[in-house]
Amino acid sequence: MEQVGDEGALRAAPLPPGWDEAVDLEAPPATIPDPADVDVPDALRREIERLMSLYPDRHSATLPALSAAQRLHGWCSPEALDQVAVVMQVTPAYLSSVTTFYDMLRTEPSGSRYVYVCTSVACHVRNAKRIYEAIAEQAEAQGLEGVEVREFECLGACDMAPMASVDGRYVGPLSADDASELVSQVKAGETVLPGRGLPDPGYRLPDTAAEVEGPVPHPSVHAAGGEWPDDELDVPPSEGPPPRPKPVVEPLSPGTSVTGEPEGDEE
Amino acid sequence: MSETRVLLANIDEPDLHTIDVYERLGGYGSLRKALVEMTPETVLHELEESGLRGRGGAGFSMGKKASFIPKGAMDKYLCCNADESEPGAFKDRLLMQKNPHLLVEGCIIGSIAAGANKGFIFIRGEYELQADILDAAVADAYEKGYLGEGILDSEHSFDLVVHRGQGAYICGEETGLLDALEGKRGNPRLKPPFPANQGLYQGPTLINNVETLCNTPIIIERGAEWYKQFGEGNSTGTKLVSVSGNVQRPGNYEVELGIPVREIIYGLAGGPPEGRELKCFFPGGSSAPVLTPEHLDLPFTYEAMAEAGSMLGTASIIVVDDSEALVPLALRLAEFYRHESCGKCVPCREGTNWTVKMLERLDEGEGTPMDLELLDQIQGNIIGNCLCVLGDSMAMPVQSMLKHFREEFEQHMEEARARRDLEEVA
Repeated sequence: MEQVGDEGALRAAPLPPGWDEAVDLEAPPATIPDPADVDVPDALRREIERLMSLYPDRHSATLPALSAAQRLHGWCSPEALDQVAVVMQVTPAYLSSVTTFYDMLRTEPSGSRYVYVCTSVACHVRNAKRIYEAIAEQAEAQGLEGVEVREFECLGACDMAPMASVDGRYVGPLSADDASELVSQVKAGETVLPGRGLPDPGYRLPDTAAEVEGPVPHPSVHAAGGEWPDDELDVPPSEGPPPRPKPVVEPLSPGTSVTGEPEGDEE
Repeated sequence: MSETRVLLANIDEPDLHTIDVYERLGGYGSLRKALVEMTPETVLHELEESGLRGRGGAGFSMGKKASFIPKGAMDKYLCCNADESEPGAFKDRLLMQKNPHLLVEGCIIGSIAAGANKGFIFIRGEYELQADILDAAVADAYEKGYLGEGILDSEHSFDLVVHRGQGAYICGEETGLLDALEGKRGNPRLKPPFPANQGLYQGPTLINNVETLCNTPIIIERGAEWYKQFGEGNSTGTKLVSVSGNVQRPGNYEVELGIPVREIIYGLAGGPPEGRELKCFFPGGSSAPVLTPEHLDLPFTYEAMAEAGSMLGTASIIVVDDSEALVPLALRLAEFYRHESCGKCVPCREGTNWTVKMLERLDEGEGTPMDLELLDQIQGNIIGNCLCVLGDSMAMPVQSMLKHFREEFEQHMEEARARRDLEEVA
């Protein structure tokens, strides 16, 4: 039986503690925090007030205000929500309802930096899953901390596929071989893959993206088809339910890189 | 046949994103013309006359949409939908990054047609680079007097704010966008009332896609007659086509509507890599039902794509070649929509979830022929039964894959099951 936590999530994500506890119906209704109780950093207060002044209705500033608070706190913590709430004069519950809706607002502690690896449809057909796995593996191996590494839905850069967004800087096309360099640069706080980011002057795609992809087994050749080769066949059955076949990195014939073309092609 | 560059005419000009270069190339001339030589009525008439259709997916006439905005002195709003989140689409990204002032000018012209005095560019939060560029462009436009009170000494005033989303596909849906802009969860609203009557802050609101608005300065400058020479029938003008997936030269290409699909996929984008064949393609982003090689010679128009059972949508072609297995692809697609479903209405929330589960079953060898029937039936139950088109956007492509490639689904299921049986024995 699938874990309940799977539902609705992009990939199995652990549910926060207390998710299955009933709400306290006796608790007093949430109120706007008392300004005397909440300390708001001046810069944040000014920024939120500036944002509110841009709109006919101050509620419109909610998303940018939460984003500003997140930049400060690393995530939308209860403290961050209280600070936004007191400046905007709304309830933290309202902010919490908004926060949980949007992918870029973090509801769990994490650094204020991120690596989003696109694995959506157009990147999927260019084996983006491999890139994500390589980056996730490297992040663990190199002990990357304070950076949120996750798969992300389409980032609107399908021409650069497979690609990732590192703190908003789009880099691509990536190969699994780039993972180590990418992670070490993220860790060191350097510009990631210089020359291969969308904002870089003279950035252009490789002349042909033809070889950008490693060989994908044809369904008629491989039983499980394409992306998900059936390596599990050779593995003795493990205890418990069989694991969901994961897109395993295909062993490549020597000389072919997963994303092919030598990096020298980009300018 | 090749590209027809109208929108992208100057795109390779260095520093086009700066106001100096943009003005040097005649930028903001259309705005001057619209304010000085024309009246709001003639601007609106010109846009209607041009036959420009919404480039965001629905393909509704832009001028007609603007004409629905009630007249009279009241707060009216213009929203530019720059929440480009459709898998396969990346045309607006290019326009905003390279030519932000074209969009700013387009927004101002749109505001003249609609009589709006306040505008917002709702850009997806992931486009940080483009949002920064737009911010700078808007600031420059204010400084030059193209935005603000009494633009170019006319009576028209217009304020423009770049508003960043925070990552939700559903905010690309126009009413979801409005809710997000009002600071709420981006749940789509029940229509009617349509945004033209009751949109942002309950006021009349014109919502247009980036590419649509970018076309308006060109139409005002050159005239509707000139614009209509491009395209075919009711699909006038040129269209940015984002080609991605298994092609040799992915990227944005500007073509005249009516060019054969084959020209785009093979001629411009180079077709699938050597030695591979095209299996199917999404003609309008991942929400469009897939088409097969037999449709390659159709003209790329709103009408022809609809007749073939798909849609032009955002004109984002994702090419899938024969090395790709369709069940995992359909599963990935369904996972996307499950993740992005806002959960407001049942067919979408439950339908996307069940579709993912069924496809997982097929892929893991637990599927039965009945599952294929059920899968098809569920898609049928989603289509047309949701508040917005997100549910349909998953159901239509999944159903079309099942329709065109039923044998592959059956084969995939049988093979997965055989493999699973083998595992159990071992």
